[in-house]
Amino acid sequence: MRFIINGQSVERALDARTSLLDLLRDHLHLTGTKKGCNQGACGACTVLVEGERINACLALAVQYQERPITTIEGLGEEVALHPLQRAFIEHDGFQCGYCTPGQICSAVGMMAEAGRGVPSAVTADLDGDSVDLTHDELRERMSGNLCRCGAHNGIIEAIQAAMAPAPAQAAPVKEDAR
Amino acid sequence: MNPFDYARAADPAEAVRLAGARPNTKFLGGGTNLVDLMRETIETPDSLVDVTGLSRRIEVLADGGILIGAAARNTAVAADPAVRKRFPMLARAILAGASAQIRNMATVGGNIMQRTRCCYFYDDAARCNKRVPGAGCDAVGGFNRMHAILGASPACVATHPSDLCVALAALDAVVHVEGPTGGRTLRFIDFHRLPGDRPDIETALAADELITAVELPPLSAAARSTYRKVRDRSSYAFALVSVAAALDVAADGTVGTVRLALGGVAHKPWRAAKAEAALHGAPATEASFRAAAEAELMDAVGLPGNAFKIELAKRTIVATLAGLVRGERS
Ligand SMILES: Cc1cc2nc3c(=O)[nH]c(=O)nc-3n(C[C@H](O)[C@H](O)[C@H](O)COP(=O)(O)OP(=O)(O)OC[C@H]3O[C@@H](n4cnc5c(N)ncnc54)[C@H](O)[C@@H]3O)c2cc1C
Ligand code: SF4
Repeated sequence: MRFIINGQSVERALDARTSLLDLLRDHLHLTGTKKGCNQGACGACTVLVEGERINACLALAVQYQERPITTIEGLGEEVALHPLQRAFIEHDGFQCGYCTPGQICSAVGMMAEAGRGVPSAVTADLDGDSVDLTHDELRERMSGNLCRCGAHNGIIEAIQAAMAPAPAQAAPVKEDAR
Repeated sequence: MNPFDYARAADPAEAVRLAGARPNTKFLGGGTNLVDLMRETIETPDSLVDVTGLSRRIEVLADGGILIGAAARNTAVAADPAVRKRFPMLARAILAGASAQIRNMATVGGNIMQRTRCCYFYDDAARCNKRVPGAGCDAVGGFNRMHAILGASPACVATHPSDLCVALAALDAVVHVEGPTGGRTLRFIDFHRLPGDRPDIETALAADELITAVELPPLSAAARSTYRKVRDRSSYAFALVSVAAALDVAADGTVGTVRLALGGVAHKPWRAAKAEAALHGAPATEASFRAAAEAELMDAVGLPGNAFKIELAKRTIVATLAGLVRGERS
């Protein structure tokens, strides 16, 4: 089976039972994507397929051949962090960090959904074609990602910061962040 | 998970042929329910036929209705401009369910065919007539907060967990099906079964029949419709009770067209026909809504863990209809 992961083509002979999550972690050693509940309930395994967020734990890898998949490893590197990664650090968007890769991939997918005008359960006007990502909208749209440390407020702040147009002068970096 | 063969169907005829070629074959949508159940060995198919490549078109029909391909993702249906405008209750029902990630994976066909979330159904150490006919039902004397208050049987008190389906029941949707001997259509309200003494048989669909599409007939009243879901947390939880409602109020203040269906209360999405009958021509007031809700819930039976849902269902019906009268959109 051939997969396109973070822009690279890889081939693996897989049992049809292999989940996309196990392909990433156990076969390709991309261990950024985490296994939390393995039942679709926690969002730790969130990855992007053609830019859309999904739970890799409930996805059979066989269904995702030949489709561009992005994991946290494909979003940023230690030397070149994705703006959301930086914002999560600056806004205390995590404590233990286990849910963070899923949170960040989910936030990337969430912003793309909002950009396409996909409504949410708290969108008041279904006829509008643009979405105003208010605090409530962000909370609802990120509800598929649980954080056991309870960093949800920091997560929402981080996403808001990453979405905000770049300020005229660089925002002060909190030195004690983390 | 037991081993299985995998094949991807290019069209409905191939899907049906592949499914007929081997016993114990299941269709595979996004896998969000089936993969979970296979991992728990509650489902043990020998082969899977992937039907996510079949039609996912969402098409406005000449009569003003909408035809939705069974492989359409839940997100795509909820985001579709025609669905949002003509059938907002459907968009709202979908958006009230699961998480964005799951809605991106889940198909319409899979959502309709998803199985109950009764925790004893998932636990193979428990007794469950749905999993093992004749074994008994541990939910009756166990944890039954999420269970049925309408149409249940001594054999099974499980609920159908879907939100999307509650809207389809209210909207008189029609299910298009393809089988070995050709196609047929079923009324959505006849699609799911009450448990009776065979809770293992959940739908009117044969094992080798494929859902190809869902059709929403035109309904002008649905432009003013909504979905209200009450649950233990405000997002990402299954319904305790939910209400899909469409309401047209005539110039004289009486109820014209009304559609009402309930979720979280029965083994199938529950069309509230008694309440609709009680509302017809009645003044569109809270008193009428309450009387209609009483009529619908008259035969409800509570279990120790879920008796509160009878009153909750009544109040949710009243609140949802009153909100529509006030012109609330959500
Ligand atoms: C954590 C979690 C929370 C959830 N919360 C909610 C919720 O709040 N509300 C809600 O409504 N749902 C909820 N769901 C359920 C979710 O909506 C369903 O799992 C999903 O809709 C199933 O679609 P699928 O395409 O993934 O189906 P699959 O898992 O692929 O298949 C499900 C069943 O449908 C059959 N099937 C699939 N396509 C067809 C077809 N075309 N014809 C005939 N049979 C077919 C399969 O054989 C299988 O039996 C939740 C799920 C999870 C994991
Ligand atoms: S309620 Fe139905 S699904 Fe749940 S244990 Fe009883 S028989 Fe099984």
